[in-house]
Amino acid sequence: MDKDGGPAGKPVGRRVVLGVTALGALGVAFGARIESGLNGVLGTISSHDPTGLTGLLPGGGGFQFYNVASSLPYRSDQDYKLTVDGLVDHPVTYSLADLQSLPQTTLVRDVQCVTGWRVPNTEFGGVLLSELLDRAGVKPEGKALRFTCFDGVYSESLTLAEARRSDVMVAHQMDKAPVTRDHGGPVRLYVAPMYFYKSAKWLSGITVTDSVMPGYWEHYGYDVEAWVGRSNGRTDAPIDGE
Amino acid sequence: MAHAHARPNTPVKPPKIDELRRFTNAERWVHRTTSTLMMSAILTALFLYVPGFAELVGRRRLLVVVHEWSGIMLPLPLVAGLFFRGVRLDMGRLDRFGPQDKGWVWRAMRYGTGQAGPAGKFNAGQKLYSALIAGLVLVMLGTGLMMWFTALSPLNLRTGASYIHDWLALIIGVLVIGHIRMALKDPESRHGMRTGWVTRTWARREHPLWEQEFPKEKRSKES
Repeated sequence: MDKDGGPAGKPVGRRVVLGVTALGALGVAFGARIESGLNGVLGTISSHDPTGLTGLLPGGGGFQFYNVASSLPYRSDQDYKLTVDGLVDHPVTYSLADLQSLPQTTLVRDVQCVTGWRVPNTEFGGVLLSELLDRAGVKPEGKALRFTCFDGVYSESLTLAEARRSDVMVAHQMDKAPVTRDHGGPVRLYVAPMYFYKSAKWLSGITVTDSVMPGYWEHYGYDVEAWVGRSNGRTDAPIDGE
Repeated sequence: MAHAHARPNTPVKPPKIDELRRFTNAERWVHRTTSTLMMSAILTALFLYVPGFAELVGRRRLLVVVHEWSGIMLPLPLVAGLFFRGVRLDMGRLDRFGPQDKGWVWRAMRYGTGQAGPAGKFNAGQKLYSALIAGLVLVMLGTGLMMWFTALSPLNLRTGASYIHDWLALIIGVLVIGHIRMALKDPESRHGMRTGWVTRTWARREHPLWEQEFPKEKRSKES
């Protein structure tokens, strides 16, 4: 018998490997339930955590930063432009000041990402998308919207009916402050009832089209209709509109 | 007490002063390639997951591809290593816990590794680490594939998979940092992994039961 237990020693290593694998399989089976149970607790803890470290834990209630472009896009408040064009009667370009002078709305909803994290009660302020559409005058053949971004890569889409909802806006305020560059500032889309990838950051163009043109992640298998709790195979609690 | 088949690896070249053969070439290549892939998976994970790092690089698609491939290749070095006797023998040693391993980790945590009692070629902490990492990598591979090939699994299992993947990533991070920390504290153990050889004095201090497997002091008198 050698000093590491030899063939007679207990095969603890093998048991640990099998045990971890079995626990992992159980975790996959019940992970969705554990997640929804734990997220409330972790969210509460991290909202009282001055270091912000718990926000980094899985389901810790913080925002995660996603950027598909090669660098962090930037437009100053002065240079920012939003064009509305396509199948409209009056194509128009807004500056940030123009948007701020239109009727303003605020929405307080949970932000739900399709990868699982959720940030409760986040306030967005800006102009309802329906307001911009009414001003541009959508032609009868206009059925959908395509959103483009000044990162040069990202795009998104909505049907006209979705875009006219009262919980879909072009936001320049988040939690009572200007939308920061990381969060898609100066202006981003906010589609409250859908997974957050629909809420395109660094919004620079709204084009009315005759049919839905799938956006960036939708080319990689994400659902075009991204209702929270009813798409992408997820069962998150829906985010109430209306 | 020692059977012939349990004899330690015979040195392939004469040791310098009184050095013992600790790792074969195959073992060191398995370790090297595995650690490279592991670091690649960990670093890309950091840039995908931690907002501060993600802001620095963007390029999410590229990071995802590198992460997926580092992960899927992670078990391959060890699988290739199974063709080598030295790797198989030490996998057996890592697997089996002898009487000296009982309570070793607990004593090491309380009194330090030096006061935890004699160890064989691998102490119980090293055995446990290797087993945990192996099991965790398997789970990460499975959950990762579920997230990668979304059509493979029923819908709500994918939520569980990504949740488990996130938490286990944290645990792996802590384990790997611990592993590197132990290595940083012991230059000669790093030398052993780099060259395959360690001195008898080091072996007697760190792995006395393994040191006893080698013929006593003869070689130093001969050379």
